[in-house]
Amino acid sequence: MAEQERIHKTRQQETVDAQEAVRVDASRHDQLKNDLDELLDEIDEVLEDNAEEFVRNYVQKGGQ
Amino acid sequence: MGVAKVIGLETEYGVSGGTGDPIMSSSQLVTAYGHLGSYINWNFDDEHPGADARDARRFTSVAPLIETHIANTVLTNGARFYVDHAHPEYSGPEVRRASDAVLFDLAGDEVLRRAVTSVANGFGSQEPLIIHKNNSDGKGNSYGSHENYLVSRDVPFDDLISAMVPHFVSRSIFVGTGKVGAETESGQRREEWFHVSQRAEFFEEVVGLETTLKRPIINTRDEPHSDGDSYRRFHVITGDAQLSQVGIFLKVGTTAILLAALEEFGPRAFPASPDNPVAAMRTVGLDSTLASNFRLTDDRIMTALDLQRELLGVGKRYIDSCGGDLVGGDEEAHLIIAEWTAVLDDLASDRAAAATRVEWLAKLQLLEAYRDRHDLPATDPRLAAISLQWHDLRPDRCLQNRVGMRELWSRADIDTAVVQAPRDTRAFFRGEVIRKFGDSIAAANWDSVVFDLHDGVLRRVPMMEPLRGTSDLTSNLIDRCATPEDLLRELGV
Repeated sequence: MAEQERIHKTRQQETVDAQEAVRVDASRHDQLKNDLDELLDEIDEVLEDNAEEFVRNYVQKGGQ
Repeated sequence: MGVAKVIGLETEYGVSGGTGDPIMSSSQLVTAYGHLGSYINWNFDDEHPGADARDARRFTSVAPLIETHIANTVLTNGARFYVDHAHPEYSGPEVRRASDAVLFDLAGDEVLRRAVTSVANGFGSQEPLIIHKNNSDGKGNSYGSHENYLVSRDVPFDDLISAMVPHFVSRSIFVGTGKVGAETESGQRREEWFHVSQRAEFFEEVVGLETTLKRPIINTRDEPHSDGDSYRRFHVITGDAQLSQVGIFLKVGTTAILLAALEEFGPRAFPASPDNPVAAMRTVGLDSTLASNFRLTDDRIMTALDLQRELLGVGKRYIDSCGGDLVGGDEEAHLIIAEWTAVLDDLASDRAAAATRVEWLAKLQLLEAYRDRHDLPATDPRLAAISLQWHDLRPDRCLQNRVGMRELWSRADIDTAVVQAPRDTRAFFRGEVIRKFGDSIAAANWDSVVFDLHDGVLRRVPMMEPLRGTSDLTSNLIDRCATPEDLLRELGV
């Protein structure tokens, strides 16, 4: 709400700038989200089939 | 007077698969890799004063080796590769720059990958070995990644304690590699499902000699591996073993600059320590919000970020007044300060940007996205699986190498560093004589090379000065000597 109020109070050009910035931000956010989604798909494929069992059995001797 | 910050990093890797016996697996890795070149024994003379170099024997076959410290070799890049406790350990060669410490640490990861392939070729019938570059198994067992820095013997040890404790307590915010779940009693009393540091919760003392039990923030081991009247080798055991290249650069660079600043300014230039350093270190190590604070002995209340900003101020003041000579040059020093400044700013206000360098944050972002996508509780075992597989050194399994973290070195640089020693420390002499005269070297260690010319006498070349034995000082000598006899004659040994 505070953000909307601030935008209403600015002059018209500033409002356009702010909206543009928000659009750019939104599209960058979408892009990042898309990248991450692709990455997560890949991780599902890469994760060991027996990953949970592998974690359970992963025991190391203490070292330094 | 400060001394050049000669630096070396050590990593104990997690090992699984194979016969299931980690000591056997570690021995297979070291012997199989060692026999790709000349297998050069480690000389324990300086570590066990009673030992005689003449007892050193060369390995002639790939026998199953059970005793700790038996499988032990020295590489042409100047590193030591051996079995320590139940882990394969790579101790990188001495370097003068944080960026070179990164390079030779990454070379160690590659040595392990090649060792795994060698073992698979030699012991094809057993399960493949799997190596993780991490610091705990998620079940309360921790193993180390240690740093070593050359410090002037003029600095009283108490000053090292008071100056460096604030750094080791707070630097986890860019050194930590992150993990799912607590492993110690003190950690399990807390709610956090994700920890910033793998190592921090294992620390129990402020100062001590131990590395495996009652681990201290400041380790008092005093093995200079050099002229002990001039130097101390400051042994740091608090850090996480990182895959993030900028992360390693920051861990080493910030610590080197602060040690040089201590030599120059003394401990009064440094912020006060937390009044309970162990509790503060553990708190920082498990708090991914970075909001936790603690009280200093001067009664101020600070977060880890606050304390790091003060330490950055000390580092800047040092570089402004003394330049970068002791930390690898002005360019290197300014890069450290720039990265240090940027990482603290980003951790405070742009975590997505910080995640391109800070490993725990990159891991946390991945885990949170995975949780969101599948609507998982924090206890879902797949999260622990992602956290573990993050550190898997197999390129097609590793998750850390898929999240776009910034890199400093190319694949080709790393391949070169696997076989070629740094040029600006004594590691150059060690690596080059092993390359050229490996068949005539009975053993080597940090401060000597022992030649065996097969005439019944072992000849030891001492290297007590870490900044001698460089390419500038010895490459002509090594080039013009056709035989080890020529070399020893010229050296007067």
